[in-house]
Amino acid sequence: MKRILEWQIATVKSIRQETPKTKTFTLSLPNWVRHKPGQHYDVRLTAPDSYQAQRSYSIASEPERSGEIDLTVERIEDGEVSSYVHEVLVVGDQIELRGPIGGYFVWEASMGGPILLVAGGSGVVPLMSMIRHRAAVGSTVPMQLLYSSRTPEDVIYSDELMRLQYSQNGLGIIITFTRQSPSGWNGYKRRIDVPMLREVAGPLGNIAQAYVCGPTLMVEAVANGLLQIGLGSNQIRTERFGPTGSIG
Amino acid sequence: METDRTDLNLSLMLDGNAVAGVLNEIFALEMTTSPVECANCGREGEMGTLLAFTQAPGVVLRCPACENIILRIVQAPEAFYLDLRGAAYLRLKSLSAG
Repeated sequence: MKRILEWQIATVKSIRQETPKTKTFTLSLPNWVRHKPGQHYDVRLTAPDSYQAQRSYSIASEPERSGEIDLTVERIEDGEVSSYVHEVLVVGDQIELRGPIGGYFVWEASMGGPILLVAGGSGVVPLMSMIRHRAAVGSTVPMQLLYSSRTPEDVIYSDELMRLQYSQNGLGIIITFTRQSPSGWNGYKRRIDVPMLREVAGPLGNIAQAYVCGPTLMVEAVANGLLQIGLGSNQIRTERFGPTGSIG
Repeated sequence: METDRTDLNLSLMLDGNAVAGVLNEIFALEMTTSPVECANCGREGEMGTLLAFTQAPGVVLRCPACENIILRIVQAPEAFYLDLRGAAYLRLKSLSAG
């Protein structure tokens, strides 16, 4: 479908602190367009001297919510866009953006499954849009999320993920902690590796598609691991965030 | 499974997805699902699968199989410069296809 991407001015409707380093911004859009889970928006800041900085942020919300979107943004040290939105932006402010963008790293319930989602840190954001969409349309496509997080307090959407896991048929959530785990934790406490991928992917049977999102080096390692456990390269879709949290 | 290639360029590498916005601005189409063939090794794949390097004055998209440069984009104040000599072809969806 042809559609020229126009910049538009969104208004900040609410802000929620998700973790010490991430906030979710609910934005009202004058020209809202239904997105596909996995897509992103480009956010553009313009200084008084007309210097511009632009970054891409994944949509966290499901497309079934019309008129507004959630963008979850990780604060990057020295990140000129992420530090502005974290420290300066308040409810009622306006921000320039364009989207939704991208057609490759997307999943909709109509595409079927089983689906394996693998997230590193804030790489969970576009995958959360897929999980929320799956719940919103009542899909029963088997879906497994493997989410690597440094510490328990860094887990974004943790309450909602636990709630969805118990309320949604066929949805599994598995977390691995790489630096510090909760006391008495019986789950994974290491970086994602081949044996872990094999254990998590096993119950899904024939995986139709795997979506991997996170820091670039983590995505490289996971994509290679998925090839080793037998997935084809056309079954693996990746979204690399660069060295830290955001795209670009 | 820990990768030992930890040079800066590798950790800054993104996917074709990351430049979907600027591609859309140039072609007025969603481009990340458009197939492209590498002129060097003949690999065919969607634009979203290319390796993207954006921490430079321009954007460079490389083939994930042979790392050949497929596409370069430089944005000047009033124009885009597009160097596509690394592509054997790039498929654009016809507007009448809907």
